Amino acid sequence: MSGAAGTGQGWRAWLVSDAPHSARQARLGEIYRFGRALARHPLALTGLAIILLLVLVAALAPLLAPYAPSTQHLLDRLQAPSARHWLGTDELGRDLLSRLVYGARLTLGIVALVTVISAPLGLAIGCMAGYAGGWPDAALMRLTDVFLALPRLILALAFVAALGPGIENAVLAIALVAWPPYARIARAETLALRRSDFIAAAQLAGASPARIVLRHIMPLCLASVIVRVSLDMAGVILIAAGLGFLGLGAQPPAPEWGAMIAAGRKYMLDQWWVAAMPGIAIAVVSLGFNLLGDGLRDVLDPKQR
Amino acid sequence: MSRTRISAALRLTASVVLTLFGLLLATFLIARVVPIDPVLAVVGDRASAETYQRVRGELGLDQPLYVQFWRYLVLVAHGDFGRSVLTRNLVIDDIVRFLPATIELATTATLIGVALGIPLGVVAAARQGRSADHVIRVVGLVGYSVPVFWLGLMALLLFYAELGWAAGPGRLDIFYEDSVAPVTGLILVDSALAGDWAVWRSALHHLVLPAGVLGYFSLAYISRMTRGFMLEQLGQEYIVTARAKGLRERRVLWRHAFRNILVPLVTVVALSYASLLEGSVLTETVFAWPGIGSYITGSLLNIDMNAVLGGTLVVGTIFIALNLFADLLYRRLDPRTR
Repeated sequence: MSGAAGTGQGWRAWLVSDAPHSARQARLGEIYRFGRALARHPLALTGLAIILLLVLVAALAPLLAPYAPSTQHLLDRLQAPSARHWLGTDELGRDLLSRLVYGARLTLGIVALVTVISAPLGLAIGCMAGYAGGWPDAALMRLTDVFLALPRLILALAFVAALGPGIENAVLAIALVAWPPYARIARAETLALRRSDFIAAAQLAGASPARIVLRHIMPLCLASVIVRVSLDMAGVILIAAGLGFLGLGAQPPAPEWGAMIAAGRKYMLDQWWVAAMPGIAIAVVSLGFNLLGDGLRDVLDPKQR
Repeated sequence: MSRTRISAALRLTASVVLTLFGLLLATFLIARVVPIDPVLAVVGDRASAETYQRVRGELGLDQPLYVQFWRYLVLVAHGDFGRSVLTRNLVIDDIVRFLPATIELATTATLIGVALGIPLGVVAAARQGRSADHVIRVVGLVGYSVPVFWLGLMALLLFYAELGWAAGPGRLDIFYEDSVAPVTGLILVDSALAGDWAVWRSALHHLVLPAGVLGYFSLAYISRMTRGFMLEQLGQEYIVTARAKGLRERRVLWRHAFRNILVPLVTVVALSYASLLEGSVLTETVFAWPGIGSYITGSLLNIDMNAVLGGTLVVGTIFIALNLFADLLYRRLDPRTR
């Protein structure tokens, strides 16, 4: 490093250097370039802001919500939005804003759980198939194709119907139909990596196939899978809300947004806000994920620009 | 026919058969994990142990799983999905009755999506990076983000309850119900065939909102894909040549670039139709539209598994068939794949 280190200019030169001296410098440089590209993308930044806001709201729910989410005030039922209840109250006199704020936790939880189940599953299947080749590859990929060719929402509905309604089963059903795209991507990446020198070196050093897949291949497939996951999150939120709306997801009194719309449906003609507010929340959050995913794709894949 | 074409056809057939097999296996296994004892559902919980065992044998539940699966395949091949607990009809009869409404809805919605989505996509590509492009992009992204059932409810509230521009839930005004003999099951077609224009108008009035809501989602998808395809073409050298020749931009766009995206676009439209069939499940619930989606969700809530799985199977099969159709059409239209 030259004497310019420490000034803004020097750091930038160090980060974007064509000849990084260490793996860490290369990685930090990549993150920096990625961040710069993303920062030039106003829609993606808007998306990121929405998601950060969602995380913040979910984390600080008890501080932000003016009322408890499930406390009923039957005298105040179906109140229009006012200074006391910014978004109005529902059919049991519960404050809608508070329920939306707590509902952010459920939405975020569902998205996180589905991701935690489906991404590693797809990653493992794709990497194994790609590395093993031959008949395991053919078998696993046919399985993936079958899942990809089936209608996701309907299959998820049938799964939940069989397992019984509830938020855990909804998560499980969504995860079961969400993994195939990740397997496809991970396999494609693995195929590209399989013949590289560093894999050959690991093989020569006596690393077991399991070790090679886990330690050398999977980490490199992670980036593309993460992008795809972020693209899918809006879809996950919408399916979860749909299940909630049909009464198959979170059960009352949980403030799940889809279920809240279903509850507000009965009062829609005179008290529109009960059904309208949760829908706006769902739309804003999934728009956030879509904007970010769209931007990520622009930044990472120059062909799409 | 060349050897490579035959082997491609064989591979395609094999993959379709495999996918159908996967769908059947999925519905079969789902039926097995339902926490309801199918024997008790038949005999009731006061039956004697002998009756229980006899019925269990009759239903084939004492057989190994693969034998049960084979029996299931044979039944499905004969169109026998069992009887619905809720409607007490054979599930296949119910499906035949409910399916046309869904097809009418999904087809109209796709037409709306094509008619609006393609021009929007072309305009967005032509004005890439300008404000028109951004507006169209956001319109599309909102379509990807709004829950379809919520949009349906809000559309009902605004256009039916407040403004009175469109008719409310259902397929027809109540006094027109069953007034035209079903030929195709598509009310717009049937009433036109019968020359009963009052019914036709009522049907259209009822169709506008659900088809518009569903069509918006189709529009979002189609405009986005059209934009991508067009951008790819507009970067090609023949476009530069066409412009250098002094052709007007409109002609460059529609006669030169657009013609070349027709093939992939046909695939996109078929895929969009398939996804609308799925999207109609939630839309139909909101609009009390008596289609297969309402049938499936209604059965779900009553754990009427024969109906749910029969419906899943039929929608899944149509879904697979549309995917296949898109694939075949693509091969047929694109000379490079021959």
